Amino acid sequence: MTKTTSIPVKSITSAADMVMEDRVHKSLYSDPEIFEEELDKVFNHTWVWLAHESEIPDSGSYKTAKIGRQPVIVVRDRKGNIHVLQNRCRHRGATVCEKKHGKTKAFTCPYHGWGYGLDGSLRALPKPEEYENILDKAEFGLNSLRFETYQGMIFATLDDSIESLDSFLGGAKKWMDLFMKQSGGYPVQVLGDHRFRFPGNWKIQLENTTDAYHFPIVHKSFISSIDDQTAEVFDFLDGDGFVEDLGNGHSVMVMIPDLVDLEANLDDPIPERFQPLADELAKEGKSEAEIKRLVRAVGGSGFNLNLFPNVSCSMAFFRNLVPISVDETEIHHVAIGGKGAPAAFNQKRMRLHEHFQGPMGFGTPDDGEAWERVQHGSKAGTDGWIMVNRGMSRLSTSEDGNVKGAVCSETGMRAAYQQYKKMMAAEEKE
Amino acid sequence: MSENQLYTRVSEFLSLEADLLDHKAYDEWLALWEKSGLYIVPVEHDVTDFANHLNVAYDDDEMRQLRIARLSNGEAVSTVGAENTVRTLSRIRILEASDELVTVRCAYCLYENNKNGVRAFPANVEFILKPTEDSFLIQQKVARVMKSNEHLTTVSYLF
Ligand code: FES
Ligand SMILES: [Fe+2]
Repeated sequence: MTKTTSIPVKSITSAADMVMEDRVHKSLYSDPEIFEEELDKVFNHTWVWLAHESEIPDSGSYKTAKIGRQPVIVVRDRKGNIHVLQNRCRHRGATVCEKKHGKTKAFTCPYHGWGYGLDGSLRALPKPEEYENILDKAEFGLNSLRFETYQGMIFATLDDSIESLDSFLGGAKKWMDLFMKQSGGYPVQVLGDHRFRFPGNWKIQLENTTDAYHFPIVHKSFISSIDDQTAEVFDFLDGDGFVEDLGNGHSVMVMIPDLVDLEANLDDPIPERFQPLADELAKEGKSEAEIKRLVRAVGGSGFNLNLFPNVSCSMAFFRNLVPISVDETEIHHVAIGGKGAPAAFNQKRMRLHEHFQGPMGFGTPDDGEAWERVQHGSKAGTDGWIMVNRGMSRLSTSEDGNVKGAVCSETGMRAAYQQYKKMMAAEEKE
Repeated sequence: MSENQLYTRVSEFLSLEADLLDHKAYDEWLALWEKSGLYIVPVEHDVTDFANHLNVAYDDDEMRQLRIARLSNGEAVSTVGAENTVRTLSRIRILEASDELVTVRCAYCLYENNKNGVRAFPANVEFILKPTEDSFLIQQKVARVMKSNEHLTTVSYLF
């Protein structure tokens, strides 16, 4: 067993070495050189989540996003096909779109007016005579990036040589399937998002998604704001929950085992807090079966699925992290509901999201404060380790043959850091 | 009531509202509200159908009470550091006035002192006020905060 006393940092020469099985070095939060290396070795060589298909429903719908710091556009063309395009004009390099999302017929560069189709192809440019015989339009489309989807989630990569998304997600797919059951029998639909920044490193947020340990402490004021029955549901540290390492840096933290499969146990009694919704749906003439399904789904799943490196399916929303700099991170909390589901259902889901998430939620600001403290604390001393050894001596094997720890173990963090270590240890890549 | 009188009364009321928040007189602030009133911070600035959109905050009476409890009970680590705020308001314009409702818009800036320094949150704030015998009750307050449609930092107070 490794001792928890200090290990001199002088013996460590690389970021990969700063990740041990049970601890990571605080320089990983604050060294700008390591941050640059991460953008290259992690974000440029893995599958990065960009959008959910429902965010680009129609021909011409687009969303702008980032792979690491690189701007891209996710767009649906006239035939309904999705493209992920580098957001950079092939003339002198201006971005061709700066809006979060929208709908367009084409992308026209604002600088000299080169016009690109929805598939990225260069269609037209002003005063073409001066390019006579020197520019082949077919070679100057917006660069198209490799992307793949699973359960409507769109991931792209800058590396054409890595494994398929399917194989990368591996054991996480089962949990994505379960997560998508929360739209009450309707297709999953993004309803909007909360975006905020906090002054801290992206990995602090990555860790937090599988940190059940902090919940009763940091979220005390949220727990005080909910009814007793719900507070009991959220009192999960002593329950049967668990964290499972799903491989490739992914992990799942099951907090409320009863809410893993939202299509099961439809006959459970309706929780008090959802009775008004049930009444409203009944008034609208919805069948008992549909009411049960919607009410069971409305609060979201009982687990957080952490997908390395930048997205999680977190109870009732997608959490997307965007590294801005070594000590600044942007977080998107993407609310989801059901496409075509009763308005009352989607409204309830948005009100629940607003209650906890986002810049003015009853939960997020307190998380933000804790993360900011971690970043600040990382300036103390030269020899500081971040401990992620919780639950290490009490591991077991899950049904699927994975390493499994208690719900408030740090099993998920160790999984993410081991993947990080593997990627950071890779030889310099182009 | 003359236009001038109305303008004066509305201005007084908006100052009172901001002053109560700055001085954490939350019970008095809650008493300014019509029970059915809504306090809203939308994400997108052009939204008007707030119920069917995701907002930064969408508080009915119950959520307002809970939010005030959260801001005052000391349980939330993020509110402990949020020591003081200064709200300034100006450019007050009455958009519509009847005996039942007065709609008014103003420029509003909240300055927050926290451990990272002083931060400013400028906003367009629109009130729908219900005239009472000698004052108003708030039927709706919508704070369109700059950057709410891009990215905010976390916020530990009310706009
Ligand atoms: S940079 Fe885009 S047209 Fe010139
Ligand atoms: Fe949290």
